Amino acid sequence: MPDAIALSWRQYRLERRMFWRNPSAAFFNFMLPLLILAGAGAALSGNQHQLNRLVPMIAGMSVMSTTFTALAYNVVFLRERGVLKRIRGTPLPTISYFAGVAANAVTNTALQIVIIDLAGKLLFGIGWPAHVDCLIVFVLVGVVCFAALGVAFAHAIPNFESTAAYVNAVFLPVVAVSFYAFDSSSAPGFVRTIADALPLKPLIQGLSAALVGGKGLGAHLDELAVLALWGVFGCHLAVRGFSWEQRRT
Amino acid sequence: MIEPVSGDPAIEVRDLRKRYGEFEAVRGIDITVARGEVFALLGPNGAGKTTTVEILEGYRARSDGEVSVLGEDPAKRSLRLRRRIGIVLQSGGIYSYVTPREALRHWASFYPHARDVDEVLDLAGLREAADVRSRRLSGGQLRRLDFALAIVGDPELMFLDEPTTGFDPQARRAAWDTVRSLRELGKTILLTTHYLEEAQTLADRVAIVKDGRVLAIGPPRELGVGAAHYRISYRNSAGELVERDTDDPTALLHELTAEALARGERLEELSVGRPTLEDVYLELTAADA
Repeated sequence: MPDAIALSWRQYRLERRMFWRNPSAAFFNFMLPLLILAGAGAALSGNQHQLNRLVPMIAGMSVMSTTFTALAYNVVFLRERGVLKRIRGTPLPTISYFAGVAANAVTNTALQIVIIDLAGKLLFGIGWPAHVDCLIVFVLVGVVCFAALGVAFAHAIPNFESTAAYVNAVFLPVVAVSFYAFDSSSAPGFVRTIADALPLKPLIQGLSAALVGGKGLGAHLDELAVLALWGVFGCHLAVRGFSWEQRRT
Repeated sequence: MIEPVSGDPAIEVRDLRKRYGEFEAVRGIDITVARGEVFALLGPNGAGKTTTVEILEGYRARSDGEVSVLGEDPAKRSLRLRRRIGIVLQSGGIYSYVTPREALRHWASFYPHARDVDEVLDLAGLREAADVRSRRLSGGQLRRLDFALAIVGDPELMFLDEPTTGFDPQARRAAWDTVRSLRELGKTILLTTHYLEEAQTLADRVAIVKDGRVLAIGPPRELGVGAAHYRISYRNSAGELVERDTDDPTALLHELTAEALARGERLEELSVGRPTLEDVYLELTAADA
């Protein structure tokens, strides 16, 4: 259906345009991870081993914030404002709408990975990505997984005012547990078990192998499987519970 | 009196029902809207107007009954049908960071025979605001954008759900002009409103709806006339207002005045009038009716 593809492309272009016009979106997507990277990097200055761990952690967190956080916010905002309902009443094919939105999330994530990797290289002396294939696969599966989970999570958020509370109640603990388990070999067993079962730490491990070196994609299929399973789960929930309009009170 | 346009009707609804759990919001509505007609669903809040319209728009599934919109079942949500209808929602938002011109261009790309964007901006009175991001538009301008987005695809049939709720009188008149110009373009329009004046001014035919049922249906003037063509009112000797409906005011007046004269009384505040749509509406929608 060439029409649906053309409309996906149009939707994508509109999403890009809106993204750059929204200063807070641009800030949270690009500046915040860089600031955290710069701050933590300065604190760890000189410790190359730690810096090599820091960059993939920030990269993983960025994937989660540009997809999970951004989409949960956007879906709730557009739903509560009635934009989704309006779109639903037009002949724009649903698949084209979501293709445009998803392609926008992929673009943001890809840009961010490039920025973080460049900053890591220029400021903290990490090398060029060791396994580009591993990088591409993990970023793509990571985007699909966290984007789907973000859309699915939006169903649980009752109104726009409470979005920040809901999103942070998930985002911050997941980041904390995953960072701790990834970075510290002395983390308690149950923390490691939890972190391994959640999607963020597997993503960080894949990104770590891809960005700073280690074994290639073949050695990280377990992590990829966890991420993919969350992706399937997220897609299922995202599609099943999707609501085009505000709940009636 | 407006004769319905011949040919297939634009909308046909038979015994439409919609239940939300235990609550039945629509309880057997029958309406037929001819092509080119402006049809109003008039009723108080909670009458089931929006539920009915949203079933016709394809947003909601019906519980029972038959519905045909431009010959199709709207519940199937076909792209073909959505290309032929335009929807003005009661409260539909728009992206904050796009301008009316950009939004209209984007929307126009969804439709096979979209109207010219500049022409639509003019028609909706948005020329001045065409390049202002929507988060900076006023409430009235946003409502005009609602109209513009609904007509940019050049639809045959338009749904306007409470198009002027919350408007000041001036903005309301401007919106009415827009509806009239759409009518002149030959569009079929189904609108809901709880303003009598709006139904009376715009609609060829009105259905008065309450508690999910149609109480009366017809052209506004005929509805006002209703079964009784004339209404005679006066104050009796106890000072109470008496209203008598009749088809033959001459005879009734003769009878009343003869009786009054015989008693040596005057009929205070005697008047002969035709019941207005407002009278009919208030009678039909009164809580104890």
